[in-house]
Amino acid sequence: MKHITDFTIVRREQLGQHYFALTLRHPGTLPSIAAGQFVEVEVMGTREVMLRRPISIHDVNPAENTLTLLIQVVGKGTRQLATLQEGDTLNLIYPLGHGFSVEGRNPLLVGGGAGIAPLLYLAKCYKAKGVETTILLGGRTKELIPVREAFEPYGKLLISTEDGSLGEKGMVTQHSLFSAAYDHICTCGPTPMMKAVGRYAVEKGVDCEVSLENMMACGIGACLCCVTDTDEGHKCVCKEGPVFDALKLKKWMGIE
Amino acid sequence: MAKLETKIHNITLKNPVMTASGTFGYGEEFADFIDLTRLGGIIVKGTTGERRQGNAYPRMAETPSGMLNAVGLQNVGVENFCKQVYPRIKVIDTNILVNVSGSSIEEYCSVAEQINELPNIPGIELNISCPNVKKGGMGFGTNPEMAAQVVSEVRKVYGKTLIVKLTPNVTSIVDIAKAVEQAGADSVSLINTMLGMAIDVERQRPYLSTITGGLSGPCVKPVAVRMVWQVAHAVQIPVVGLGGISCANDALEFLMAGAKAIEVGTANFVDPTVTVKIVEGLQDYCQRHKIDDINDIIGII
Repeated sequence: MKHITDFTIVRREQLGQHYFALTLRHPGTLPSIAAGQFVEVEVMGTREVMLRRPISIHDVNPAENTLTLLIQVVGKGTRQLATLQEGDTLNLIYPLGHGFSVEGRNPLLVGGGAGIAPLLYLAKCYKAKGVETTILLGGRTKELIPVREAFEPYGKLLISTEDGSLGEKGMVTQHSLFSAAYDHICTCGPTPMMKAVGRYAVEKGVDCEVSLENMMACGIGACLCCVTDTDEGHKCVCKEGPVFDALKLKKWMGIE
Repeated sequence: MAKLETKIHNITLKNPVMTASGTFGYGEEFADFIDLTRLGGIIVKGTTGERRQGNAYPRMAETPSGMLNAVGLQNVGVENFCKQVYPRIKVIDTNILVNVSGSSIEEYCSVAEQINELPNIPGIELNISCPNVKKGGMGFGTNPEMAAQVVSEVRKVYGKTLIVKLTPNVTSIVDIAKAVEQAGADSVSLINTMLGMAIDVERQRPYLSTITGGLSGPCVKPVAVRMVWQVAHAVQIPVVGLGGISCANDALEFLMAGAKAIEVGTANFVDPTVTVKIVEGLQDYCQRHKIDDINDIIGII
């Protein structure tokens, strides 16, 4: 069941220059949310933005009836959202899309840039099932990996940066512990990164789920704008994704 | 309570608010948010003879007070619609209309003929105005003779209410409206999207994979109101108005300009409950202005 609700911003946290996190409280009881699902946020106060913005759910706290959004400032919509303050109201359509399966006994979660957002709640969901995860976060520089410590209670944290400013130097797929030793890989981040991780997993025969971030209008499967090319034709990322089995994206990943 | 009931040919609408094809899926996508039976009608997505994948991603770009789309009629095809979708949606207690699209007169006729067999579909909206398909689509809707030809052929095989959806991308929409009226249309709906284009200057390429696409949203509304007003004064058949409607006052503009009913499109993406808010807003307006019957203000301009 999808909902449309006014949430109250109870916490706003600036995470370096490019990111901020908003913790939003539901006025009643927060419905159950799967890791990897997203919200469509209404952007008020600017004539330049009409459409909602799809944002991953970064964290969920059922006891507090709150959810947290980790937002990277990339354009007009997110720039406007960055001006929101604690106490402000934010209208959400949620929870949207299909999340991660939370399968596997030894999973690897690979995130890059803003794509690390859904992995925190995912790591929590694995932990709740008694499964420790390995979390590999990547970015061009350490400033572009806005959340690190929050992951530590949920598994082993690995970092890659292209400039070597934190963790191992290089791409996530070049990390010394990026291997086929895991039984399940979940990835979200820049398209080239997800394609590289997905291709690797498919070639090595490791189960892999990829969370896509296509531009969207409606978020509920009505407008058909956000489609991705899958091996079964065009599919709406908002409705049939955002999480897809990598085996369905072979064409998208460039595997013949 | 004012009477909001209006009629489009043989179809009685409980209120003038319908949904625009391509913005409301098959209605089911919105069932979590609103009571679909409160709508005057639902026009489901454009249906073609065969399943279509539509155009390549990216096929949407936001523009000031609007958006461009180049979806390109992605749909399951008429056979899947009749066998799989129709049984699910036929029980919804409102008028379900199907937008019929095609690339040839034969395809339009074949789809219309198959939809004609569905008892709970009281009418079709013939889409001779889609700007996002290479063949057919807008091509039929930009030329009065071709528009009349496709309408008269579909008229031969389709017995129920035939609404023809017109494109604004023409020199004179009145000429097209008159031509399709002459050819047997029971109603015209307007406007479909306006052909537009936007360029990402940082990447130095168009935002859309198709380069051009259809503009919709509040930015097109004044053009749409003007065209509805012109057409409503030029034809005898009922006019359905659409183009950028996002609140009751917008809907009232179209009604006063001469539309017997309206369709809400892009606004559904911003607020999935907007259609019901418009129905309520029309009722409030009638009470404020002591209007007993919404038909009393239709075409007053």
